[in-house]
Amino acid sequence: MKDRQPPVIEARHLRKVFGDFTAVDDISFRLHRGECLGLLGPNGAGKTSTIRMVYGFSPMSAGSLRVFGLDVTTRWRSIKARIGVCHQENNLDPDLSVLENLVVFAGYFSIPRKVAKERAEKLLRFMSLDQRQDEKVTNLSGGMMRRLVLARALINEPELLILDEPTTGLDPQSRHQVWEKLDQLRAEGLSILLTTHYMEEASSLCDRLVIIDHGKILVQGKPKELIRQHAGRDVIEVFNPTNKLLRFVESSRLMHDNLPRRLIIYGQENDGIFERLGEHYCAENCIRRMATLEDVFLRLTGRDLRE
Amino acid sequence: MNLLAGRDVTWRFMRVWQRNFIVYRRIWKINFLPPILEPLFYLLAFGLGFGSLVGKIVYQGREIQYVAFIAPALLSVNMMYNAFFENTYASFVRMYYQKTFDAIMATPLSLREVILGEIAWGATKSLMATAVMLGVVSAFGLVAYPHGLLILPLSFLAGVAFGAVGMVFTGITPTIDMFNLPVFLFITPMFLFSGTFFPLNDLPTWAQKVAAAFPLTHLVTVTRGLCLGIMSRDYLYGIFYLIVFSLLWIPLALKAMERRLIR
Repeated sequence: MKDRQPPVIEARHLRKVFGDFTAVDDISFRLHRGECLGLLGPNGAGKTSTIRMVYGFSPMSAGSLRVFGLDVTTRWRSIKARIGVCHQENNLDPDLSVLENLVVFAGYFSIPRKVAKERAEKLLRFMSLDQRQDEKVTNLSGGMMRRLVLARALINEPELLILDEPTTGLDPQSRHQVWEKLDQLRAEGLSILLTTHYMEEASSLCDRLVIIDHGKILVQGKPKELIRQHAGRDVIEVFNPTNKLLRFVESSRLMHDNLPRRLIIYGQENDGIFERLGEHYCAENCIRRMATLEDVFLRLTGRDLRE
Repeated sequence: MNLLAGRDVTWRFMRVWQRNFIVYRRIWKINFLPPILEPLFYLLAFGLGFGSLVGKIVYQGREIQYVAFIAPALLSVNMMYNAFFENTYASFVRMYYQKTFDAIMATPLSLREVILGEIAWGATKSLMATAVMLGVVSAFGLVAYPHGLLILPLSFLAGVAFGAVGMVFTGITPTIDMFNLPVFLFITPMFLFSGTFFPLNDLPTWAQKVAAAFPLTHLVTVTRGLCLGIMSRDYLYGIFYLIVFSLLWIPLALKAMERRLIR
């Protein structure tokens, strides 16, 4: 990471204001070459607003933003030529066939038709869609459409791939297939910026995470480090905890969340606390498990519904 | 700060045109039917039916058949419809339902290029429909040549003018149903009162003045002159009007779409 190349994305004090609503409030982050960075946050946290500024779709209200070392406000055209974008909503062209979707899209990048066709066929094979190339887009399943959107985002051989909730709404099989493809692309050295609210997606795909809420960065770091810092190593969940247990937890200053009818206790490695809990306070109403990113997420962003 | 300020319009807008052309080619047979059938129906109805009631009329000192009077109007209305409906309903579907513009804006194109490409496409549809219709009308001997050939570039210009207006409505309409409003308030009155079905000099002066504000009035006048083989300096005024009209409405269309889509 000590190469002289500038970071792929360098966002400083980014702000986005819609009327009197601040969607992105002073966000700074970097994405290094070959890295997969995840923006994680509940609905309305400012994830999409942030990445829309990165790909030059929406003007920022304040701050500075450089992609490939170029300023997005002035060099947006060169930047957009070098990135691939997967939007949250499916915006494939329903008037065109599967293959045409890629070839026409390549036209927007001024890629010669012959090259475009070769690349399109290669990408369809990569995404296991080559059997469907002449079909109408509307005949594809949700998972196939997503893979086609992904193929389309790769048609200009981008150096940076931006994915806005790439697997939202997919069934588990399709989701895993998309992850597999993304993992392959990551292994080939492609830089990836993605937003998600699937913890599994974030922890398995991303090298680094930025958790944001209400337009602000709460924490950033590697998934494992975040878990260790904010949820410890192991977690005990106690259903209908006794008052005795609650008092014990309070008095021994354990990191915990007291929810209605459920107590979650976060523990560090080898602190022996779980053994004591198990012996004295727990019957079959206790579950011990590894701490996950979901624990971190819920601890940081709270448990209120975001609708 | 404006992402789209400055040097953001290049020939790349033709890529959007190209996309629409590829789609059009797939269903060209259906696209070609209206400009063939519509003049046939109108010429039958007005030529054989209505024309026998009206008989001959005097236009610019010449006595002409009623069909010869309305054939140029049909061509002009066809130009207006093709461009206006392409850049309202069809563009709205691409923008709003298909999110085609969103997808394109993730590529090196600017929103302005997308919109200009759409307007250029609307004008091209006007040109193609006019070419077909001109063939049909010519078969009835209602077009004087070579003057009549100038109707083709004219149809493109008219397409830009009406397409740009359509695009403004696309930029501001909340829903697709609301297009009824400009159709009833703008398109239908023009269709009826632009010297299309009766000469304007039969109208009271105030009505003539209102009609002179309609772009369709000028288009009909020029097209009619070309069909009848009358070359007149007055037509330059009509063409000038359409150019100025376009130059006013194109920036409005860009502004309206920017307001709508750049967030």
